[in-house]
Amino acid sequence: MISAPRASLLGPAGLVFLVIVAVAGIAVPILNLAMPPASPLHVPDYVMTLAGKYLCYALLALSVDLVWGYCGILSLGHGAFFALGGYAMGMYLMRQIGSRGVYGNPDLPDFMVFLNWQELPWYWHGFEYFPFAMLMVLLVPGVFAFIFGWFAFRARVTGVYLSIITQAMTFALLLAFFRNDMGFGGNNGLTDFKDILGFSVQAQETRAVLFFLSAMALAGGFLISRIIVASKLGRIIVAIRDAESRTRFLGYRVEHYKLFVFTVSAMMAGVAGALYVPQVGIINPSEFSPGNSIEAVIWAAFGGRGTLWGAALGAVVVNLAKSFFTGALPEAWLFILGGLFIVVTLFLPKGLAGLFRLVRLRRVKPQDDSENFKIAVAE
Amino acid sequence: MAFFRLLAVLAALCLSAVSAMAQNMDALVDALAKGNFKEREAAIAKLADTGDPAVVPVLEALSAGDLYVRPADGRVFIARKQGSVMILTAPLTGESAGEAQKGEIDKIKVNNALRRTIAQVLSGFALFNSDPTRRREAVQLALKTGDPSVLPGLEKALAKENVADIAVLLKDAIAAATLKSDSSEEEKLKAIETLSARTDRDTASLLAAFASTAEEPLKAAALAAVAKIERALATWDMLQNVWYGISLGSVLLLAAIGLAVTFGVMGVINMAHGEMVMLGAYTTYVVQQIFRTQFPEAFGLSIIVALPAAFIVAGLVGILIERSVIRFLYGRALETLLATWGISLILQQAVRTTFGASNREVGTPDWMSGSIELTGGLAITMNRLVIVIFAALVFTAILLAIRYTSFGLQMRAVTQNRPMANAMGIRSSYVDALTFGLGSGIAGLAGVALSQIDNVSPNLGQGYIIDSFLVVVFGGAGNLWGTLVGALTLGITNKFLEPYAGAVLGKIIILVAVILFIQKRPRGLFALKGRWVDA
Repeated sequence: MISAPRASLLGPAGLVFLVIVAVAGIAVPILNLAMPPASPLHVPDYVMTLAGKYLCYALLALSVDLVWGYCGILSLGHGAFFALGGYAMGMYLMRQIGSRGVYGNPDLPDFMVFLNWQELPWYWHGFEYFPFAMLMVLLVPGVFAFIFGWFAFRARVTGVYLSIITQAMTFALLLAFFRNDMGFGGNNGLTDFKDILGFSVQAQETRAVLFFLSAMALAGGFLISRIIVASKLGRIIVAIRDAESRTRFLGYRVEHYKLFVFTVSAMMAGVAGALYVPQVGIINPSEFSPGNSIEAVIWAAFGGRGTLWGAALGAVVVNLAKSFFTGALPEAWLFILGGLFIVVTLFLPKGLAGLFRLVRLRRVKPQDDSENFKIAVAE
Repeated sequence: MAFFRLLAVLAALCLSAVSAMAQNMDALVDALAKGNFKEREAAIAKLADTGDPAVVPVLEALSAGDLYVRPADGRVFIARKQGSVMILTAPLTGESAGEAQKGEIDKIKVNNALRRTIAQVLSGFALFNSDPTRRREAVQLALKTGDPSVLPGLEKALAKENVADIAVLLKDAIAAATLKSDSSEEEKLKAIETLSARTDRDTASLLAAFASTAEEPLKAAALAAVAKIERALATWDMLQNVWYGISLGSVLLLAAIGLAVTFGVMGVINMAHGEMVMLGAYTTYVVQQIFRTQFPEAFGLSIIVALPAAFIVAGLVGILIERSVIRFLYGRALETLLATWGISLILQQAVRTTFGASNREVGTPDWMSGSIELTGGLAITMNRLVIVIFAALVFTAILLAIRYTSFGLQMRAVTQNRPMANAMGIRSSYVDALTFGLGSGIAGLAGVALSQIDNVSPNLGQGYIIDSFLVVVFGGAGNLWGTLVGALTLGITNKFLEPYAGAVLGKIIILVAVILFIQKRPRGLFALKGRWVDA
């Protein structure tokens, strides 16, 4: 089969996905800024902010799909990496407040003044510089995932045991960030942000740029993931998912591959968190709650795991439903979310992407089974 | 202070003539009605100095505002309202003294300062009170203050005391008072020795205060006694921590044991396990509501009735979940994890919709409340004790059931080798359903126990699920002894870390420690061995 290298890298669905994300990333900010509010084409501010949030969730779901859908690692800790990236960004934004806080202290964030701290803790230094903070957005979740993964994969902790210890890790971080003396604002977290790189975080233009950046990050994350899974390395990763012991016996250092995917995926989750924080304006320890991580897993499962674009789609669809139901029928939302977990695992193991695939198969003769759509059940 | 003056005088008082006193007493009581608050306080002190227990009801009535004076003749009565008239009784004798119209008598006013004085006087009388509890309290007060002026009173009380533990307390109180009195050095040394046998902080600080002013060799003896008491206290502190640890461990054991059964036998991660615990707690609430409305007099039995009810409710829900969802997911552990998480969300919301989001009030029966006091300030609360015993009983029962019943045999067979068990004619799907029911039922029992010590809210289960998983993972799935060791280890370690690291940091340390432990032994302390293990 001869095809252009680009097409084999992305596949038709991936291409469509990239185009949609790119168009949305450019069109929504323009429609928000350029169209007068009365115009039917105008995108209201709140819609753009909400959609920006969904894009961050989509990137998180994508990162979960990379480790779970392709490598079979069910991480219940990606919400924690998301939050770590968010805290790194939050620390930069806190430092930008300067003397405009309630207590007007030029060096210390308000909560530290409140706690009678005299000087900035050492780990807060450097966060006043944007490039350093951005580096930390990648490094903190990355290094954390690397160390955690190094211990876990080397000891061959697999399957549900791994899921449970990632959940325990998330829970430990949740408890840790709730403590005031950790120096991350305790219960209240970091909030009251003023500006980012000199632009007000509240301003419409800043929000438009953040939306654009979120779309670009999602597209970038998708491309990186595609490059990984389409390479020879990606084949080995899928092999690990399907038959870990056999891959090991063939001479591959399974733990190295797992560690690589896990770390890359954690960094992607961190970027998603960093983009999320300026758009919602707050980061607090509840982002670490184990429920959030599991919810991210169900986004990926609902969209269709092992497809990447499906995971992103799942995140957007589930969160649209969440926004709708928590407003219209707050009592019903947990029933629906719970039911979704059950229905997806019982009846939709391939998710929405699997449904599309079914529809397409009915129309086209079922002969070419490109690797992209061959979703074996993990384990 | 009136209290001490009273005790000092008590000994001398016995000599007074009885009949002369009776008249005096009446005059003293009548004096209460005269003058301002200051004079009234003096009158109370005089009454107290008589040492006659008959003044107790008078003072109590005065404090409660039931003491009245008849301005016509200046006599004082205890008066209680009955209909439109006041019934009068003679204050000292308690005999009836007719009735009076409201306008004929005036209330004797008291203020808070007077009430305090009265309370002190009454506590002095309490040394000779017929109620042992009151006597004990009075002696404890005397021991704490160690005032030498009460010595004669204490010695007199000791001579009359027939309750053993109060007598011991009295001896200690006498020793404490001796230290501050002008007794000989020899007596004081003896007193220090008596006190050094006590293990409580008050005595230690009493001795330390004494040591700071005393001279050698008393100083050295007192310091040695303080050191001895502190050593004993440290030991008791450790025992206290061990007890708290066992108590926490037994709660963890109850929550985790059902999980160990389902995880061990079926390899199923049941994220809804915490909600089974919650259902058990709500069943307790419902049972108690029925008892409150139908049989309020048998409320003490409600917990006993709640046990089988919770077992059945949670067990049936468990079987329902297994038959409707989990059986389609065998061999796909990660999917099971997600589906059961979904079930837990649904159960939480269902309970929230039915019972409301706020905490429900679950009562504690009388036989489970209160506490047992041990020496050294160690108090064992009854409900904790009952839960520890209950956890031990449940654990033993499960162990025996798995070991000796035919169902247990089938369970073990399926755990060890499912295809072979099938080949031997065991219907493993039945075993699965019943095992899941059993695990959930035990969670329901845990819920009954937890309803006694935790808030019964829809989030009850969430608080225990991660801890229970850690216990099972730490102890090793498929082995109940592992669960026991895991629960107690985590419980006791947690309680020992708490004083140094604080509750939250202690918990974080435990979590990190377990995560690291898993690296060394990925399948827990008591891992199953064999080729069927590697899923």
